[in-house]
Amino acid sequence: MHEFGITQNIVAIVTEHAKGAKVQRVLLEIGKLSAIMPDAIRFCFDICTQGTVLEGATLEILEIPGLGRCRQCGGEIYLDKPFGICNCGSVQLDLITGEELKIKEIEIEELCV
Amino acid sequence: MCVTCGCSDDGEIKITNLETDEAEHNHTHTLPDGTIITHSHGHDTHIKAPQIHAKIHNTTISLEQDILAKNNLLAAQNRGWFKGRNILALNLMSSPGAGKTTLLTQTINDLKNQLSISVIEGDQETANDAKKIKETGSKVIQINTGTGCHLDASMIDRGLQQLNPPLNSVVMIENVGNLVCPALFDLGEQAKVVILSVTEGEDKPIKYPHIFRASDVMIITKIDLLPYVNFDVQKCIVYAVEVNPKIQIFQVSATTGVGLDNWYKWVSESLLSKC
Repeated sequence: MHEFGITQNIVAIVTEHAKGAKVQRVLLEIGKLSAIMPDAIRFCFDICTQGTVLEGATLEILEIPGLGRCRQCGGEIYLDKPFGICNCGSVQLDLITGEELKIKEIEIEELCV
Repeated sequence: MCVTCGCSDDGEIKITNLETDEAEHNHTHTLPDGTIITHSHGHDTHIKAPQIHAKIHNTTISLEQDILAKNNLLAAQNRGWFKGRNILALNLMSSPGAGKTTLLTQTINDLKNQLSISVIEGDQETANDAKKIKETGSKVIQINTGTGCHLDASMIDRGLQQLNPPLNSVVMIENVGNLVCPALFDLGEQAKVVILSVTEGEDKPIKYPHIFRASDVMIITKIDLLPYVNFDVQKCIVYAVEVNPKIQIFQVSATTGVGLDNWYKWVSESLLSKC
Protein backbone atom coordinates (compact mmCIF):
# COMPACT_ATOMS: atom_id res chain seq x y z
CA MET A 1 0.00 0.00 0.00
CA HIS A 2 2.54 2.58 -1.13
CA GLU A 3 -0.37 4.92 -1.90
CA PHE A 4 -0.54 5.83 1.80
CA GLY A 5 3.04 7.10 1.83
CA ILE A 6 2.49 8.82 -1.51
CA THR A 7 -0.61 10.58 -0.18
CA GLN A 8 1.27 11.71 2.94
CA ASN A 9 3.82 13.19 0.57
CA ILE A 10 1.09 14.99 -1.40
CA VAL A 11 -0.25 16.49 1.83
CA ALA A 12 3.26 17.61 2.87
CA ILE A 13 4.00 19.25 -0.51
CA VAL A 14 0.62 20.98 -0.76
CA THR A 15 0.80 22.18 2.86
CA GLU A 16 4.20 23.69 2.16
CA HIS A 17 2.93 25.58 -0.89
CA ALA A 18 -0.35 26.67 0.72
CA LYS A 19 1.62 28.63 3.35
CA GLY A 20 -1.11 28.32 5.95
CA ALA A 21 -4.05 29.01 3.63
CA LYS A 22 -6.96 26.60 3.37
CA VAL A 23 -6.74 24.34 0.34
CA GLN A 24 -9.95 23.95 -1.66
CA ARG A 25 -8.83 21.69 -4.50
CA VAL A 26 -5.88 19.51 -5.46
CA LEU A 27 -5.35 18.35 -9.04
CA LEU A 28 -3.07 15.35 -9.57
CA GLU A 29 -1.72 13.77 -12.73
CA ILE A 30 -1.29 9.99 -12.41
CA GLY A 31 -0.09 7.86 -15.30
CA LYS A 32 -1.81 4.52 -15.93
CA LEU A 33 1.60 2.81 -15.84
CA SER A 34 2.79 4.46 -12.62
CA ALA A 35 1.73 1.56 -10.32
CA ILE A 36 -0.37 4.04 -8.36
CA MET A 37 -4.08 3.33 -7.96
CA PRO A 38 -6.17 6.53 -8.06
CA ASP A 39 -8.90 4.90 -5.95
CA ALA A 40 -6.37 4.06 -3.23
CA ILE A 41 -5.10 7.68 -3.30
CA ARG A 42 -8.70 8.91 -2.93
CA PHE A 43 -9.21 6.55 0.00
CA CYS A 44 -6.02 7.71 1.72
CA PHE A 45 -6.62 11.38 0.92
CA ASP A 46 -9.53 11.78 3.32
CA ILE A 47 -7.53 10.15 6.11
CA CYS A 48 -4.24 11.93 5.50
CA THR A 49 -5.80 15.39 5.19
CA GLN A 50 -7.56 15.30 8.54
CA GLY A 51 -6.39 18.12 10.77
CA THR A 52 -4.43 19.76 7.95
CA VAL A 53 -5.14 22.73 5.70
CA LEU A 54 -6.28 20.19 3.08
CA GLU A 55 -9.14 18.85 5.18
CA GLY A 56 -12.31 18.86 3.09
CA ALA A 57 -10.46 19.75 -0.12
CA THR A 58 -11.68 18.33 -3.43
CA LEU A 59 -9.33 15.81 -5.02
CA GLU A 60 -9.21 15.69 -8.81
CA ILE A 61 -7.11 13.11 -10.62
CA LEU A 62 -6.16 13.24 -14.29
CA GLU A 63 -5.27 9.74 -15.47
CA ILE A 64 -2.74 9.76 -18.30
CA PRO A 65 -2.88 6.77 -20.69
CA GLY A 66 0.21 4.69 -21.36
CA LEU A 67 1.95 5.25 -24.68
CA GLY A 68 5.08 3.49 -25.89
CA ARG A 69 7.38 3.98 -28.88
CA CYS A 70 8.99 0.99 -30.58
CA ARG A 71 12.77 1.28 -30.86
CA GLN A 72 12.79 -0.94 -33.91
CA CYS A 73 10.12 0.56 -36.19
CA GLY A 74 9.36 3.85 -34.41
CA GLY A 75 5.65 3.00 -34.17
CA GLU A 76 3.60 4.16 -31.21
CA ILE A 77 1.30 1.86 -29.27
CA TYR A 78 -1.08 2.36 -26.38
CA LEU A 79 -0.24 0.28 -23.31
CA ASP A 80 -2.29 -0.72 -20.27
CA LYS A 81 0.74 -2.32 -18.61
CA PRO A 82 4.38 -1.18 -18.58
CA PHE A 83 5.44 -3.56 -21.37
CA GLY A 84 4.06 -4.89 -24.62
CA ILE A 85 4.81 -6.18 -28.09
CA CYS A 86 4.80 -3.87 -31.11
CA ASN A 87 3.05 -4.94 -34.33
CA CYS A 88 6.53 -5.44 -35.81
CA GLY A 89 7.21 -8.07 -33.13
CA SER A 90 9.69 -6.05 -31.05
CA VAL A 91 9.42 -5.80 -27.25
CA GLN A 92 11.94 -2.93 -27.14
CA LEU A 93 9.58 -0.15 -26.16
CA ASP A 94 10.34 3.23 -24.64
CA LEU A 95 7.54 4.60 -22.50
CA ILE A 96 6.49 8.07 -23.63
CA THR A 97 3.57 8.70 -21.29
CA GLY A 98 1.87 6.83 -18.47
CA GLU A 99 4.46 7.08 -15.69
CA GLU A 100 3.42 10.55 -14.45
CA LEU A 101 3.03 11.17 -10.73
CA LYS A 102 2.59 14.85 -10.24
CA ILE A 103 0.68 17.56 -8.40
CA LYS A 104 -0.54 19.72 -11.31
CA GLU A 105 -2.19 22.53 -9.41
CA ILE A 106 -3.80 23.52 -6.15
CA GLU A 107 -6.53 25.99 -5.39
CA ILE A 108 -6.30 27.90 -2.12
CA GLU A 109 -8.45 30.41 -0.33
CA GLU A 110 -6.89 33.83 -0.17
CA LEU A 111 -6.59 35.33 3.26
CA CYS A 112 -7.72 38.72 2.00
CA VAL A 113 -5.27 40.51 4.25
CA MET B 1 7.19 10.89 9.90
CA CYS B 2 6.47 10.45 6.23
CA VAL B 3 7.38 6.95 5.07
CA THR B 4 7.93 8.20 1.54
CA CYS B 5 10.61 10.77 2.04
CA GLY B 6 11.25 10.98 5.78
CA CYS B 7 10.02 14.53 6.10
CA SER B 8 8.07 15.34 9.21
CA ASP B 9 4.31 15.59 9.11
CA ASP B 10 3.12 18.91 10.35
CA GLY B 11 -0.10 17.91 12.03
CA GLU B 12 -0.04 21.10 14.09
CA ILE B 13 -1.14 23.41 11.33
CA LYS B 14 -4.64 24.48 12.02
CA ILE B 15 -6.42 27.34 10.40
CA THR B 16 -9.87 28.60 10.93
CA ASN B 17 -12.09 28.57 7.85
CA LEU B 18 -13.33 31.72 6.26
CA GLU B 19 -16.56 32.67 7.86
CA THR B 20 -19.06 35.20 6.73
CA ASP B 21 -21.05 37.33 9.02
CA GLU B 22 -24.11 38.20 7.01
CA ALA B 23 -25.28 40.89 9.40
CA GLU B 24 -21.95 42.64 9.69
CA HIS B 25 -20.71 41.92 6.17
CA ASN B 26 -17.28 41.06 7.46
CA HIS B 27 -14.92 38.12 7.79
CA THR B 28 -12.74 36.89 10.58
CA HIS B 29 -9.60 34.96 9.73
CA THR B 30 -7.25 33.32 12.20
CA LEU B 31 -3.72 32.99 10.87
CA PRO B 32 -1.46 30.08 11.90
CA ASP B 33 0.41 32.31 14.34
CA GLY B 34 -2.84 33.17 16.10
CA THR B 35 -3.30 36.58 14.49
CA ILE B 36 -6.97 37.33 13.87
CA ILE B 37 -7.78 39.45 10.86
CA THR B 38 -11.22 40.90 10.29
CA HIS B 39 -12.21 42.75 7.18
CA SER B 40 -15.38 43.91 5.47
CA HIS B 41 -16.87 43.77 2.02
CA GLY B 42 -19.03 46.36 0.33
CA HIS B 43 -22.55 45.28 -0.65
CA ASP B 44 -21.68 45.27 -4.35
CA THR B 45 -19.17 42.39 -4.00
CA HIS B 46 -21.00 40.46 -1.34
CA ILE B 47 -22.61 37.21 -2.50
CA LYS B 48 -24.73 35.56 0.15
CA ALA B 49 -24.09 31.86 -0.52
CA PRO B 50 -20.93 31.03 1.48
CA GLN B 51 -19.52 28.52 -1.04
CA ILE B 52 -19.78 31.02 -3.89
CA HIS B 53 -18.47 33.72 -1.64
CA ALA B 54 -15.40 31.64 -0.85
CA LYS B 55 -14.76 31.15 -4.56
CA ILE B 56 -14.19 34.83 -5.01
CA HIS B 57 -11.09 34.43 -2.88
CA ASN B 58 -9.75 31.24 -4.43
CA THR B 59 -6.43 31.28 -6.18
CA THR B 60 -5.17 28.48 -8.39
CA ILE B 61 -1.45 27.77 -8.13
CA SER B 62 0.19 25.72 -10.85
CA LEU B 63 2.65 23.42 -9.07
CA GLU B 64 3.70 20.81 -11.67
CA GLN B 65 5.56 19.12 -8.84
CA ASP B 66 6.76 15.53 -8.98
CA ILE B 67 5.35 13.81 -5.91
CA LEU B 68 8.50 11.71 -5.49
CA ALA B 69 10.84 14.66 -6.06
CA LYS B 70 12.09 14.72 -2.46
CA ASN B 71 12.84 11.02 -2.47
CA ASN B 72 14.57 11.31 -5.84
CA LEU B 73 16.70 14.21 -4.62
CA LEU B 74 17.79 12.26 -1.54
CA ALA B 75 18.47 9.23 -3.73
CA ALA B 76 20.71 11.36 -5.95
CA GLN B 77 22.58 12.49 -2.84
CA ASN B 78 23.00 8.87 -1.74
CA ARG B 79 24.28 7.98 -5.20
CA GLY B 80 26.89 10.73 -4.95
CA TRP B 81 27.84 9.51 -1.47
CA PHE B 82 28.40 5.98 -2.81
CA LYS B 83 30.28 7.23 -5.86
CA GLY B 84 32.60 9.40 -3.78
CA ARG B 85 33.61 6.34 -1.73
CA ASN B 86 33.69 3.96 -4.67
CA ILE B 87 31.00 1.81 -3.09
CA LEU B 88 28.80 -0.54 -5.11
CA ALA B 89 25.27 -0.38 -3.67
CA LEU B 90 22.75 -3.04 -4.68
CA ASN B 91 19.03 -2.94 -3.88
CA LEU B 92 17.81 -6.52 -3.37
CA MET B 93 14.05 -6.91 -3.76
CA SER B 94 11.69 -9.88 -3.71
CA SER B 95 8.50 -11.19 -2.20
CA PRO B 96 8.77 -12.44 1.41
CA GLY B 97 10.46 -15.83 1.62
CA ALA B 98 12.16 -15.81 -1.80
CA GLY B 99 15.52 -16.40 -0.12
CA LYS B 100 17.14 -12.95 -0.05
CA THR B 101 18.74 -13.40 3.36
CA THR B 102 20.02 -16.90 2.61
CA LEU B 103 21.52 -15.70 -0.68
CA LEU B 104 23.03 -12.73 1.12
CA THR B 105 24.65 -14.73 3.96
CA GLN B 106 26.02 -17.25 1.48
CA THR B 107 27.36 -14.47 -0.74
CA ILE B 108 29.09 -12.78 2.21
CA ASN B 109 30.59 -16.04 3.47
CA ASP B 110 31.92 -16.98 0.02
CA LEU B 111 33.26 -13.51 -0.85
CA LYS B 112 34.48 -12.24 2.53
CA ASN B 113 38.12 -12.87 1.68
CA GLN B 114 37.85 -10.92 -1.57
CA LEU B 115 35.29 -8.19 -0.91
CA SER B 116 34.13 -6.11 2.00
CA ILE B 117 30.33 -6.39 2.11
CA SER B 118 28.11 -4.53 4.58
CA VAL B 119 24.35 -4.73 4.76
CA ILE B 120 21.31 -2.56 5.34
CA GLU B 121 18.42 -4.83 6.31
CA GLY B 122 14.85 -3.67 5.75
CA ASP B 123 11.88 -5.34 7.43
CA GLN B 124 8.63 -4.12 8.90
CA GLU B 125 9.46 -5.71 12.26
CA THR B 126 12.18 -7.71 14.10
CA ALA B 127 15.97 -7.73 13.78
CA ASN B 128 16.02 -11.46 12.92
CA ASP B 129 17.64 -11.03 9.51
CA ALA B 130 20.22 -8.56 10.81
CA LYS B 131 21.23 -11.13 13.45
CA LYS B 132 21.73 -13.75 10.72
CA ILE B 133 23.92 -11.33 8.76
CA LYS B 134 25.88 -10.40 11.90
CA GLU B 135 26.85 -14.06 12.34
CA THR B 136 28.83 -13.81 9.08
CA GLY B 137 30.97 -11.10 10.69
CA SER B 138 29.64 -8.47 8.32
CA LYS B 139 28.65 -4.95 9.36
CA VAL B 140 24.86 -4.68 9.39
CA ILE B 141 22.15 -2.14 10.21
CA GLN B 142 18.50 -3.09 10.60
CA ILE B 143 15.82 -0.65 9.49
CA ASN B 144 12.30 -1.45 10.67
CA THR B 145 9.72 0.36 8.60
CA GLY B 146 6.77 -0.34 10.92
CA THR B 147 3.75 -0.03 8.66
CA GLY B 148 5.89 1.05 5.69
CA CYS B 149 6.07 -1.51 2.88
CA HIS B 150 9.37 -0.41 1.31
CA LEU B 151 12.63 1.37 2.06
CA ASP B 152 13.08 4.94 0.86
CA ALA B 153 16.09 7.14 0.17
CA SER B 154 15.88 8.95 3.50
CA MET B 155 16.02 5.67 5.44
CA ILE B 156 19.12 4.67 3.47
CA ASP B 157 20.73 8.04 4.17
CA ARG B 158 20.19 7.57 7.91
CA GLY B 159 21.22 3.90 7.76
CA LEU B 160 24.49 4.80 6.01
CA GLN B 161 25.46 7.24 8.77
CA GLN B 162 25.24 4.35 11.23
CA LEU B 163 26.73 1.70 8.95
CA ASN B 164 29.73 3.76 7.87
CA PRO B 165 30.81 1.29 5.17
CA PRO B 166 34.51 1.29 4.14
CA LEU B 167 35.82 2.74 0.87
CA ASN B 168 35.89 0.45 -2.19
CA SER B 169 33.31 -1.93 -0.72
CA VAL B 170 29.87 -3.35 -1.44
CA VAL B 171 26.67 -2.30 0.35
CA MET B 172 23.81 -4.76 -0.03
CA ILE B 173 20.42 -3.24 0.76
CA GLU B 174 17.84 -5.92 1.52
CA ASN B 175 14.50 -4.28 0.87
CA VAL B 176 11.24 -5.13 2.61
CA GLY B 177 9.74 -8.33 1.16
CA ASN B 178 7.26 -6.97 -1.40
CA LEU B 179 7.06 -7.17 -5.20
CA VAL B 180 5.10 -3.95 -5.66
CA CYS B 181 6.10 -0.87 -3.66
CA PRO B 182 9.94 -1.05 -3.66
CA ALA B 183 9.89 -0.68 -7.47
CA LEU B 184 8.86 2.96 -7.15
CA PHE B 185 11.49 4.22 -4.75
CA ASP B 186 14.98 5.07 -5.91
CA LEU B 187 17.41 4.55 -3.01
CA GLY B 188 20.50 5.82 -4.84
CA GLU B 189 21.69 2.28 -5.56
CA GLN B 190 23.76 1.41 -8.61
CA ALA B 191 21.57 -1.54 -9.56
CA LYS B 192 18.27 -3.11 -8.59
CA VAL B 193 18.30 -6.89 -8.20
CA VAL B 194 14.99 -8.77 -8.13
CA ILE B 195 15.01 -12.24 -6.63
CA LEU B 196 12.42 -14.85 -7.60
CA SER B 197 12.35 -18.37 -6.16
CA VAL B 198 11.13 -21.40 -8.08
CA THR B 199 8.44 -21.99 -5.45
CA GLU B 200 6.63 -18.83 -6.52
CA GLY B 201 5.43 -19.42 -10.08
CA GLU B 202 7.11 -18.53 -13.36
CA ASP B 203 4.58 -15.87 -14.32
CA LYS B 204 5.64 -13.40 -11.59
CA PRO B 205 7.43 -11.10 -14.09
CA ILE B 206 4.18 -10.45 -16.00
CA LYS B 207 2.08 -10.38 -12.83
CA TYR B 208 4.32 -7.78 -11.15
CA PRO B 209 5.84 -6.06 -14.20
CA HIS B 210 6.86 -2.81 -12.52
CA ILE B 211 9.52 -4.36 -10.30
CA PHE B 212 10.92 -6.58 -13.07
CA ARG B 213 10.98 -3.63 -15.46
CA ALA B 214 12.83 -1.48 -12.93
CA SER B 215 15.45 -4.15 -12.17
CA ASP B 216 18.84 -4.60 -13.79
CA VAL B 217 19.22 -8.19 -12.63
CA MET B 218 16.88 -11.10 -11.90
CA ILE B 219 18.14 -13.98 -9.77
CA ILE B 220 16.09 -17.19 -9.92
CA THR B 221 16.78 -18.88 -6.56
CA LYS B 222 16.22 -22.32 -5.02
CA ILE B 223 16.85 -24.07 -8.35
CA ASP B 224 17.79 -27.21 -6.36
CA LEU B 225 14.02 -27.55 -5.81
CA LEU B 226 13.18 -27.68 -9.53
CA PRO B 227 12.61 -31.47 -9.55
CA TYR B 228 9.92 -31.06 -6.88
CA VAL B 229 8.01 -27.99 -8.06
CA ASN B 230 6.05 -27.03 -11.15
CA PHE B 231 8.19 -24.11 -12.36
CA ASP B 232 9.08 -23.60 -16.04
CA VAL B 233 12.42 -21.75 -16.00
CA GLN B 234 12.42 -21.05 -19.75
CA LYS B 235 8.92 -19.57 -19.61
CA CYS B 236 9.97 -17.41 -16.64
CA ILE B 237 12.93 -16.08 -18.63
CA VAL B 238 10.72 -15.34 -21.67
CA TYR B 239 8.29 -13.42 -19.46
CA ALA B 240 11.10 -11.48 -17.76
CA VAL B 241 12.66 -10.47 -21.10
CA GLU B 242 9.25 -9.50 -22.46
CA VAL B 243 8.83 -7.08 -19.55
CA ASN B 244 12.46 -5.96 -19.54
CA PRO B 245 14.60 -6.83 -22.60
CA LYS B 246 17.77 -5.61 -20.83
CA ILE B 247 17.43 -7.69 -17.66
CA GLN B 248 20.39 -9.91 -16.77
CA ILE B 249 19.42 -13.32 -15.39
CA PHE B 250 21.19 -15.72 -13.02
CA GLN B 251 19.94 -19.10 -11.85
CA VAL B 252 21.28 -20.12 -8.45
CA SER B 253 20.83 -22.27 -5.39
CA ALA B 254 22.27 -20.68 -2.26
CA THR B 255 21.93 -24.06 -0.51
CA THR B 256 23.91 -26.19 -2.97
CA GLY B 257 26.02 -23.38 -4.43
CA VAL B 258 24.96 -24.06 -8.03
CA GLY B 259 25.21 -20.97 -10.23
CA LEU B 260 26.58 -18.69 -7.50
CA ASP B 261 29.90 -18.18 -9.30
CA ASN B 262 28.17 -16.24 -12.11
CA TRP B 263 26.47 -13.98 -9.56
CA TYR B 264 29.76 -13.43 -7.69
CA LYS B 265 31.53 -12.59 -10.94
CA TRP B 266 28.86 -10.03 -11.74
CA VAL B 267 29.18 -8.41 -8.28
CA SER B 268 33.00 -8.27 -8.48
CA GLU B 269 32.97 -6.87 -12.02
CA SER B 270 30.32 -4.30 -11.12
CA LEU B 271 32.48 -3.06 -8.24
CA LEU B 272 35.58 -2.92 -10.44
CA SER B 273 33.78 -1.08 -13.22
CA LYS B 274 33.13 1.74 -10.75
CA CYS B 275 36.87 2.44 -10.31
